[in-house]
Amino acid sequence: MSAVIESHGHDDHHHGPAKGLTRWLYTTNHKDIGSLYLWFSFAMFLIGGVMALVIRAELFQPGMQIVEPEFYNQMLTLHGLIMVFGAVMPAFVGLANWLIPMMVGAPDMALPRMNNLSFWILPFAFFILLSSLFMEGGAPNFGWTFYAPLSTTYAPPSVTFFIFSVHIMGASSIMGSINVIVTIMNMRAPGMTLMKMPLFVWSWLITAYLLIAVMPVLAGAVTMMLMDIHFGTSFFNAAGGGDPVLFQHIFWFFGHPEVYIMILPAFGIASHIIETFSRKQLFGYSSMVWAMASIAILSFVVWAHHMFTVGLPLAAELFFMWATMLIAVPTGVKVFNWVTTMFKGSITYETPMLFAIAFVVLFTIGGFSGLMLAITPADFQYHDTYFVVAHFHYVLVPGSVFSIMAAVYYWIPKWTGNMYDERLGKLHFWLSFTGVNITFFPQHFIGLAGMPRRYPDYALQFADWNAISSVGAFLFGASQILFLFIVLKTVMGGKKATPQVWEGSRGLEWTVDSPAPYHTFTTPPKVS
Amino acid sequence: MNEGSKKTIKTLCFAVLGMFTFSFALVPLYDVFCEVTGLNGKIELKATNDTNIEIENGRDLSVQFVSHNNEQMPWAFKPSEDSIKIRTGKYHTTSFYVKNTTNKMMTAQAIPSVAPSNAAAHLKKLECFCFEQQELAPGEEALLPVRLIFDDALPKSIKSVVLSYTIFDVTDYKKVQLSKDLQSVHGNDHKMEPSI
Repeated sequence: MSAVIESHGHDDHHHGPAKGLTRWLYTTNHKDIGSLYLWFSFAMFLIGGVMALVIRAELFQPGMQIVEPEFYNQMLTLHGLIMVFGAVMPAFVGLANWLIPMMVGAPDMALPRMNNLSFWILPFAFFILLSSLFMEGGAPNFGWTFYAPLSTTYAPPSVTFFIFSVHIMGASSIMGSINVIVTIMNMRAPGMTLMKMPLFVWSWLITAYLLIAVMPVLAGAVTMMLMDIHFGTSFFNAAGGGDPVLFQHIFWFFGHPEVYIMILPAFGIASHIIETFSRKQLFGYSSMVWAMASIAILSFVVWAHHMFTVGLPLAAELFFMWATMLIAVPTGVKVFNWVTTMFKGSITYETPMLFAIAFVVLFTIGGFSGLMLAITPADFQYHDTYFVVAHFHYVLVPGSVFSIMAAVYYWIPKWTGNMYDERLGKLHFWLSFTGVNITFFPQHFIGLAGMPRRYPDYALQFADWNAISSVGAFLFGASQILFLFIVLKTVMGGKKATPQVWEGSRGLEWTVDSPAPYHTFTTPPKVS
Repeated sequence: MNEGSKKTIKTLCFAVLGMFTFSFALVPLYDVFCEVTGLNGKIELKATNDTNIEIENGRDLSVQFVSHNNEQMPWAFKPSEDSIKIRTGKYHTTSFYVKNTTNKMMTAQAIPSVAPSNAAAHLKKLECFCFEQQELAPGEEALLPVRLIFDDALPKSIKSVVLSYTIFDVTDYKKVQLSKDLQSVHGNDHKMEPSI
């Protein structure tokens, strides 16, 4: 583990990072680009979070108090788009950039210049998307799923800007995933066979294949919208012989794998952290790999469970119900493996471990509500209610977002060379954990009671739980300022981290100095 | 960069292009899929020439009529009777009331749909206003006839059928092109080009 520590003073060997702003603009270093992605994602997380708070503030009481319904719709749409494409996905790409080369023992990503490009087009995409707020007719207001004809016939003029920004985001994701796959397939250290790869690398390899498969379909969907709006085609317009339901099929053919794109890397992260802080080898490595692969494959045959109420024939409803429930099997394998890894381990509860355990528990709750939604007849009641909102926020916030936070706490000593403040980290965890549950658990109740999603107003009987949910949202939102503070504090200084950082950590990234030198593994390590 | 990387990049770029193409291929595939399986409840927009459908002792069947106006189509459009009791294997005639409520000449096209969708194959029509476009002068009204029959092979589980018509404003669409499309072999061909 300590083989590489001789190279002190890494700043003056080879060349260090360039100075000034242009370092970040021209950089092709995977660590720099990883940091850029992570900071960008955090900025988007705060912007999308403020939008969520506008929504929750409006829903604090029944009746319209703070914003106009039209603006509420724009907040709702942008919140979803920004959190999915701006916060969660770039955060995972950032982690991939930082970690994958170090984990497989490669000096950098395979295509460093494309790496730079795929990051630097992202700010433009979101600048275009956010600028639509100030355009005539306002920002997109049709929900993040942009169903036609809401997003075509009835869309505000800014929809064209939305389409181009989605094109740019898609191009960025596709380039990012090509980079990840080429790196993993061709640049592993000698001796690192596929089945010896760290699970985070495996999870990203599968995720990248999903991205390659579905981001072009998303690009196709928005291109068809563009043509319907501007070039007189009728892909989704019934008056011209098209079919609005076709839009939903195409969208969810992209959308369901997209859901797993946002959770698979989280599986990888949780596996590493639970293994480290249980001081045991992960239980069932190969079953973890197979579980992720089967989840990815199954994700292509379940899309219509988002569309049970569009009038599918019975055979299709049954097929998509059973296929969806089948996904619970590999997911159950993973949860079982995490629990078994912890079983009889000598566990310590540092902040990353707290986030990882909360991830397992709360993600499983989200998984169970997903199973309820998969039951076709029950879904006719749950469809488009707050129960769905509670479900997908449970898998995305205490699921994906918690895993990202866990990853930041776990690897930040490696990135900065400093330990974060454990006391503040734990405080951040407990505030977030409390906030997230107060926000989203009550939404199960109001959803089952029949409150529809996406409306700025609601009937009086939903008032109590909505008020509680809003309080939780502000608690969760505020605790992320603490997160920002902790990260900044760690970047500035703190207790110096050892190369291994954690007692139970294993893997190539823990064999290099902390902070990781600007260039690592210029000569590949040997993996036995 | 080594040869392996170049090969991987090439394969992945082809995959991206392939999936983009596939997203557009989904459009015709969706049509073909619906046509083969009959999932959409679509029926042929032409008169039946099957003369052996009529039988004496059919089953009872309830048929409900529904009318929709597409988007901002301003015409008044409703069935003369909301539902009728009929027997399979026997012709029935009903009608839809339609009125051009605007002050300009307009052309409309009605598109039928049947629920449950597996009844669609058993509905035959001798006469239907949906076979052709309707052109009405400002304020003009009309009763549009439908003469239909359900053949006796209709699945026994079906006791009630909904026949729904959606009326579309096609004033701006090229007339010849449209009617040619509608009379094509498939009957439910999707593509109608707007006049340019």
